[in-house]
Formats: sequence, C-alpha cells, structure tokens
Amino acid sequence: MSGDIVSIEDYTAQAKCTKTCDIAIIGAGPVGLFAVFQAGLLGLKCILVDALERPGGQCAELYPEKPIYDIPAYPVISGQELTDRLMEQIKPFGPEFLYSQQVARLAKSSDGTFKLVTTQGITISAPAVFIAAGAGSFVPRKPKVEGLAAFEEKSFFYAVRNRNNFVDRDVVVFGGGDSALDWTLDLLPHAKSLTLVHRRDKFRASPASIEAMRKAVEDKRLRLVFGQLHGLAGTQGELNKITVKTSDGEIEEINADRALAFFGLNIELGPIAQWGLNLNSKLIEVDTERFETSTPGIFAIGDINWYPGKLKLILSGFHEGALAAQAAFKIARPDEKLVFRYTTSSSDLHEKLGVA
Amino acid sequence: MGFIHVTDRQGTIHDLEAVEGWRVMEIIREHGLAIEAICGGACECATCHVYVAPEWQEKLFPPREDEEDMLDELPEINQASRLSCQIIWQENLNGLHLTLADG
Repeated sequence: MSGDIVSIEDYTAQAKCTKTCDIAIIGAGPVGLFAVFQAGLLGLKCILVDALERPGGQCAELYPEKPIYDIPAYPVISGQELTDRLMEQIKPFGPEFLYSQQVARLAKSSDGTFKLVTTQGITISAPAVFIAAGAGSFVPRKPKVEGLAAFEEKSFFYAVRNRNNFVDRDVVVFGGGDSALDWTLDLLPHAKSLTLVHRRDKFRASPASIEAMRKAVEDKRLRLVFGQLHGLAGTQGELNKITVKTSDGEIEEINADRALAFFGLNIELGPIAQWGLNLNSKLIEVDTERFETSTPGIFAIGDINWYPGKLKLILSGFHEGALAAQAAFKIARPDEKLVFRYTTSSSDLHEKLGVA
Repeated sequence: MGFIHVTDRQGTIHDLEAVEGWRVMEIIREHGLAIEAICGGACECATCHVYVAPEWQEKLFPPREDEEDMLDELPEINQASRLSCQIIWQENLNGLHLTLADG
C-alpha cells in the first residue's frame, strides 16, 4: 500500500468532494449496517459505500423474499425485512450512504487517516475502515464473446444511463427478466428497430410487461429471437452487426448498432484485492480480537473475512462489527476513555438512540 | 459411499468423495475446489454452474422452473448446463462427471 501514498493525494486533489467520518464502511449489507449501530453507540459516525443502489447487499439483491431462520429472536424473517429493520435500527445515528459506486482506491495519507476514492469521484477521509463487502461487489454479468471489451460502454451496455444513446438506433436487448423487458418497452418508441433476444420462450418478469412485449411482437414493432449471443462485429467500438445462435443451432445475423445485456449480476472482489491486505483465497485474514486486517486501522467483518473457525453467518458478522467498533473507537478517539455500557440502562446511550 | 468426478477450470479431474443427501455444489465446495456458490444453495445466483457429462444428463432429475430461471441469467449455457446446488447426490449418481463452468 505504501506505493499509493503519494498518488492517493494527487488523486484526491482532483476529487469532486471530500467527506469525513470516523469509520468508512465498504458494503451496506446486514453486517455493514449493524456496524453502524455498534459504532453509533460509541459516538462514531459512519459513511457506507455500496455498488448497489440500495442497502441490504445479498439479502436485498439475491434473496429479498427468501426466509432466513437463523437471526436471533426472529424465528423467520425475509432478506428485505431484515434490511428494513436494520435501517430502522441505525436511523438515530444518521449514517451517510454512497450508493452505486465502489471504492476504487484506498490508501493511508500522510496525516494518518485513510483516504478512500469512489468510482464516482468522492473522497472519504476516515481514521478507520471497515470492509464489510461480503463476497464482493455485484457487477453486471458479462458474456464471453470475442472483442466485447472494445464495444463496452460505447455501443454495448449493461444499463441505460442516457436514453439518447438509443434513439434512432438499431437496438438489440438480451435477457428475459424485468430489466430486459422494462427497457425493451421503454426504448421501443425511440429506437429505429428493436430486437429482444432470449434463450427460450419463457420470461421471468411482471405479467403486464410480458403481455405488452407479446403485443409489440404481434404488431411487428418488436422482433423476438430465441437464442444466445454468439458474436459482435463493428469498428472502433461501434457495433454494426450482432450474431445470435438460435435455439435451432442456426447462426442469425442482426444489423444492430446498440446492444443492451441484462444477464443478472455476478460478484467480484474488485479493487479490494489491490490494497495489499493479506488474503486467503479471496478472503481477508483478520485477528479475532479486533477483526483487524494486516493493515492497522483497516478491519474486515462479515463474509469477507477469514479466521480459524470462521462461519459465514450474519450473526457472526454482527459480533465482528461490535468488536471492531470498540477497536475503531481507540483509533478515532485516542484521547478519550471508553466505558462499556448497556442500552438497557445507560442514559448516555438512550440519548444517542433518541429515546431519552 | 461414492465419488463424483469434477473437471476444474484448468482441466484437472478431481475424484471427490460424495455424501448422500448433499448438494453436488456442497461436495465440490467442501473439497476446496473453486466454485463461487455465493447464495449458498438458494438457487438465486447461478454461480455454481456446471456442465454435466453427456452420459449423466439423462440420469439427473430435470431442472425445476426456478433453476431454469436462474440459468436464463447466464449469457452462455448449453444442453449440459446445470446449477450444481440443485443436484442432490444419491448413490445412483456414483461416478457422476461434471465440469466447472467459468466463473
């Protein structure tokens, strides 16, 4: 990490804005959220960064509706409900959330604090960092076709950031879920032509979207092709042709200059691997007293960490966050004495919780 | 007791001792092979994608609709594609051969 020390300050000098807090938390899943609570009881302020556009991590993204049976005191709770309850629990501490971005760079600056720079150009300055990144960041799943990289973000996209990009274009949309159908229907009046490509004649989307899509196919406003992406052709990042392997095994050519792919999400460890922390097959090694990494001041809690006996349970992550918060206090408030108190009886904690 | 044979992404074949009633994904993971299986077997992430050897495809219980839905999220699949969290190992699968798909 020392190699970054000079450049991080150059980098942050160009950042859009700098935010300061006591603990920068990477990941707004259940463990990152509960760490806000434990830190809050100690009077520490947190900023959370998450690649998704909402809190909850895997709980909200992968299994919002699935029941979880091993959260203490909840015989059953869904991933979304757990997220909602945690958000309610941490509300008194006013955490700040930076969504739809990753921490691209992390380094210790010369004043001893950590500087984190997000992919949206925001700098966070904090004396302690909690990595609560689960299995990593959710990123769009990419197809494996030759030459894809040259077209990405020029004519081949995984999201619509600017609708004008698709106006009067020959657009191909890949996928059979809600995102694919919603954007197909949204772009239909604007595109020159639109083709929806999906593996089979079965869609996992709202019935209304499926019906509207079928109607558009019937009216010949939309072409529906059953198959999988096979190849891309074009020059200098601009697509002009897409080939699809149809379900009959034929290769079909589609004239297209814009493509949108909705193949769900993958998880990548991402930039974390570059921060010089001791890793044990994609997991960050920590001690079991403070859950601190090989870099003092950087902690790892929840599914992302590893120590002998580690169990990837949400409740383990809650415990890890509580202990890491104690250690972070000593870093963030070196001159203050920490007294251990219970929420049941401490008027000081009641004040922090807003229940005094 | 029985075995499954798993070809990893480098092409090495591993003979893994199987446990009755375990998901094939769990057998692969517990032996330390590189399989993401992020959602832990909830059929919600499609990161335990495997290719089943042709002679074994017919012997497996066909995919349920929720497995098909998750397979839809993978850009490239073929006849052999299955999610290994949805295959429960029983003795009739002794010798099952599969290949880990790219992560």
